[in-house]
Amino acid sequence: MPLRAKVATSVSRTAAALSRAAGRGDGSVIGGWIGLKIDPDLLKNLAAGRAIALVSGTNGKTTTTRFAAAALGVLGPVATNSFGANMPTGHTSALAKAGATPFAVLEVDEHYLARVIDETTPRVVALLNLSRDQLDRAKEVAMMAQMWRTALAAHPDVHVVANADDPMVVWAAVNTAHVVWFSAGQRWHDDSFVCPECGSPIERANGDWRCTGCPLRRPQAQWTVEDDGVIDPRGDWHLVKLQLPGHVNLGNAATALAVAAEFGVRPIEAVPRLAGVASVAGRYAQVERDGRNIRLLLAKNPASWLEAFDMAEVAPTLLSINARDPDGFDTSWLYDVDFSPLRGRQVLITGDRAYDLAVRLEVNDVAFRHVQTFDEAVRASPPGRLEVIANYTAFQDIRAELDRVN
Amino acid sequence: MLESTLRIVWIYPDLLSTYGDRGNLLILGRRAALRGIPVETYEVRSDQAMPTTADIYLIGGGEDGPQALAAQRLIADGGLHRAVHQGAAVLAVCAGYQLFGSSFFAKGAKCAGLDLLDLSSDRGETRAVGEVRGDIDPRLGLPPLTGFENHGGRTHLGPGVAPLARVTAGVGNDGQTEGAWHGKILGTYAHGPALARNPAIADLLLRWAIGADSLQALDDTWADRLRGERLAAAGAA
Repeated sequence: MPLRAKVATSVSRTAAALSRAAGRGDGSVIGGWIGLKIDPDLLKNLAAGRAIALVSGTNGKTTTTRFAAAALGVLGPVATNSFGANMPTGHTSALAKAGATPFAVLEVDEHYLARVIDETTPRVVALLNLSRDQLDRAKEVAMMAQMWRTALAAHPDVHVVANADDPMVVWAAVNTAHVVWFSAGQRWHDDSFVCPECGSPIERANGDWRCTGCPLRRPQAQWTVEDDGVIDPRGDWHLVKLQLPGHVNLGNAATALAVAAEFGVRPIEAVPRLAGVASVAGRYAQVERDGRNIRLLLAKNPASWLEAFDMAEVAPTLLSINARDPDGFDTSWLYDVDFSPLRGRQVLITGDRAYDLAVRLEVNDVAFRHVQTFDEAVRASPPGRLEVIANYTAFQDIRAELDRVN
Repeated sequence: MLESTLRIVWIYPDLLSTYGDRGNLLILGRRAALRGIPVETYEVRSDQAMPTTADIYLIGGGEDGPQALAAQRLIADGGLHRAVHQGAAVLAVCAGYQLFGSSFFAKGAKCAGLDLLDLSSDRGETRAVGEVRGDIDPRLGLPPLTGFENHGGRTHLGPGVAPLARVTAGVGNDGQTEGAWHGKILGTYAHGPALARNPAIADLLLRWAIGADSLQALDDTWADRLRGERLAAAGAA
């Protein structure tokens, strides 16, 4: 490593440690920011010599990254950005903090994928899904798929692990030389009614899909989810026991197994490690307080709200919505979510944008009560399970109330 | 013109439903049902024929490709034109609003619109993103408009339409006016579920459709709180 990079790495680690000690955060951004100021090539230098997997997509990337890092751990130490800091500053911090490791698994914000591929020369890139997310800032879904497609075309050596069920992902990856497809089912279809190649309608039936105007169609998946397990490319079924709830996490596990297999890890070795993952940056964490068993579920966009309702138990439920910068300022997406699964449950609402949620729930015939604070919500719910479903900054606020539970 | 059941059509949700556009259909249906007005809602996809005899038509926002495709199909189908000429009420939002004019820009190309409103749209220098607020044409007798806008277009009104509102925060058509109004057609850049924040516009569409001067008042406590919060937020930004 060049001297400049060594100095930058050392300063970056110190800054991250200071930030943590000062209680200003987990240090996963500030360290990388300072390091990159000293050496703009720091991420490239830190990535050199490691076998790297990148994980990107609208939903599931933090959890899939955690699973893939656990699976790759079979082979040796793995650096990873496990706090969900998924932009180049976060990647730089994570690699600097980890020291020399043979492997790294990095979660990448979908907007930054092209740049991070350029800088880290990954062996594997996993593409999970693309759906509407913060449209007041994010690029339109079709434009994002085009960016991915262009980025992959410039790196023909990369092995791609991609979602066969998402037409946008398939279109982005279909021309790459080395691609392995996985299938985990998809609940959300509203962003892929129209073919990204030719603009014709996409036809769906029984989990299959094809374009009605051009040859784009669902490829045969090598990795699939079946019952509570995963079928590998040889056709062997592996029981996958997870602590994380929901069908969606079984899909994330299948993706992680496919990523690890690209590095030579066999599913039979990796599966037991996935069961060790109990929560991911506070997501799915369970906290006991005043006789309530509080479980935290993050839901950032319509597709992930559907998944959260699938995971949540029939129990008192607190919903919290903000619309700060990281969330996007627009709350229109509330009408893309059907809240009717919550009918009949005790529903509490809070957050900066609780009034938007109140109007939405009224239209949806879901009875609710507005509370001002998290403590009020806890007091208003009976002893036992309290499910908390919140979008990004609302989730972080509640996590802070619970001593930054991981 | 309303004989028995109020019929509401949501135009091409498969193409034009970028962000919460379903909300307008749900809100209109609910506000009718709460007044005891029998209501049927129809989601008409782009591969289906457009009904010509519904009372209210809703059209929402979308990306460039689907917007251009929707305009082509609606022109070829002709059903929406017949419905409008027979006096149907319309709420056209964002991309759907643009395509009601004579022309609009999608993917860098000028596209023919439905020519049902005297206006045309082109590209602005910057994208308009954020809270939008305006004083609605006093002849409509409605409280201020509040919405969230997110569009790259600028819309130029001809003499055949009136602005829906005068902008007091945000951009709208051009920084001065927002949306358009002609007969029983309303167009607005307040995107997605615009009626959630503007229940009085929902009631205006219902009154037009059933030919009533007034409707039974509803409990709008939560909508009023939301309006108060957003109108103040737009002023502060």
